[in-house]
Amino acid sequence: MEAGYNFAYLDEATKRMIRRAILKAVAIPGHQIPFGAREMPLPYGWGTGGIQVTASIIGPADTLKVIDQGADDTTNAISIRRFFARVADVATTERTEDASIIQTRHRIPEAPLREDQILVYQVPMPEPLFRLEPRIAETKRMHALADYGLMHTKLYEDIARLGRIGTAYNYPVMVNERYLMSPSPIPAFDNPKMDRMPALQLFGAGREKRIYAVPPYTPVRSLDFEDHPFRAIRAPHACTLCNSTASYLDEVVTDDQGGRVYVCSDTDFCRTEQERAA
Amino acid sequence: MSALQPGFADPVLDAQASFRAVLEAMSRPGRIIAITTPAPAPAPLNTAAAAVLLTLADAETPVCSDAGDAVAGWLGFHAGCPFTPAPDRARFVLATGAAPALTVLDAGTEEEPQTSATLIVQVEALAAGEGWRLTGPGIESEHRLRVYGLPEDFLSQWQAQRARFPRGVDVVLCAGDRLAALPRSVTIEEG
Repeated sequence: MEAGYNFAYLDEATKRMIRRAILKAVAIPGHQIPFGAREMPLPYGWGTGGIQVTASIIGPADTLKVIDQGADDTTNAISIRRFFARVADVATTERTEDASIIQTRHRIPEAPLREDQILVYQVPMPEPLFRLEPRIAETKRMHALADYGLMHTKLYEDIARLGRIGTAYNYPVMVNERYLMSPSPIPAFDNPKMDRMPALQLFGAGREKRIYAVPPYTPVRSLDFEDHPFRAIRAPHACTLCNSTASYLDEVVTDDQGGRVYVCSDTDFCRTEQERAA
Repeated sequence: MSALQPGFADPVLDAQASFRAVLEAMSRPGRIIAITTPAPAPAPLNTAAAAVLLTLADAETPVCSDAGDAVAGWLGFHAGCPFTPAPDRARFVLATGAAPALTVLDAGTEEEPQTSATLIVQVEALAAGEGWRLTGPGIESEHRLRVYGLPEDFLSQWQAQRARFPRGVDVVLCAGDRLAALPRSVTIEEG
């Protein structure tokens, strides 16, 4: 472990403050809790909220997995994994099943999560209503009153204009039928995985200084209408590498002749499928 | 003057382990979790309550305690928390004797329900698989929990508090080195 740092980088007073916020977040599912986000040794937008949540819960017995858009091998994922290996000396893994804490940017792993795992989301904008109501004082009141007509109106206007709900990611959800919540910019394809997930889900927004949570087995419902039910959309292709027709796919342009392939966004899932087929 | 007892053997890692125990308890209401990193707290503080307070209390969190001067001295030294005699102004309320009524504690506001108090109650014993039926977030179908040593009207107090969600007090029940939590979101029915 790197000398000169406290375990997991943050000082103990900061961890206590974040831990208190996490406990209240778990007690009030979907409610955003302000916290004193610290400067971290990487810029806002690179997962400082998720890192602070992870740093406050992680211990020597944990195994950490970090994914960015489903991939273990992107710059953001690798640097966060190395950061914790360096300042907390924890084991890291790329295998979903081996991890006790999974920090994620913009995806939920394809493999179902278990009770003994915690999923930590990096959140850029925690307020689901911010494009509709810019005043925080006003959105706080709307959450207090559970007044979410504005969001329903927005979805309705989508249908009136486009014939469908025009939101493919960061699709708003109701948590335990009480709080409207931003699931972070995961694809709408992942929304059903949040519903009654056995693992605890924690959300950290560093720049916006908010923490929120979804406890295990909590109902999470994507907003929709009876005549326009929520649909989880994926590209209608099989993965070029593992042939999966169930996973969420990335479209990769391969040349300047219009050539493209579709591959799993979850690299661990793709590798597991390939190993099973081999 | 009696010698001051030490706090956690390892203030960083023991606090982390205790926090994960409390987090697990709060995430899965009614499940009984053991504290594995005890601190030698003065009587009448039990192991679980001592670990919860050492882990979460500090200079930012006024504590209301009925546990006497030895505990206040120990907690004040190790956690650095201020004490208040007014239960409605405390972030953590420690009850080693009779638990105070939930209505006298700070329940937060509609807009900021997270400012509410957390009640840490020492009880005689906790038993899983019998007693109350707990349902709500964190629980797959139902958890059973029997608590020995709570006020007789606790259940009716809890039902009254459920009606004012998201306002409410969260409760941590501590028996010996074991604890269980009742976040305000949980529904409790007589078993």
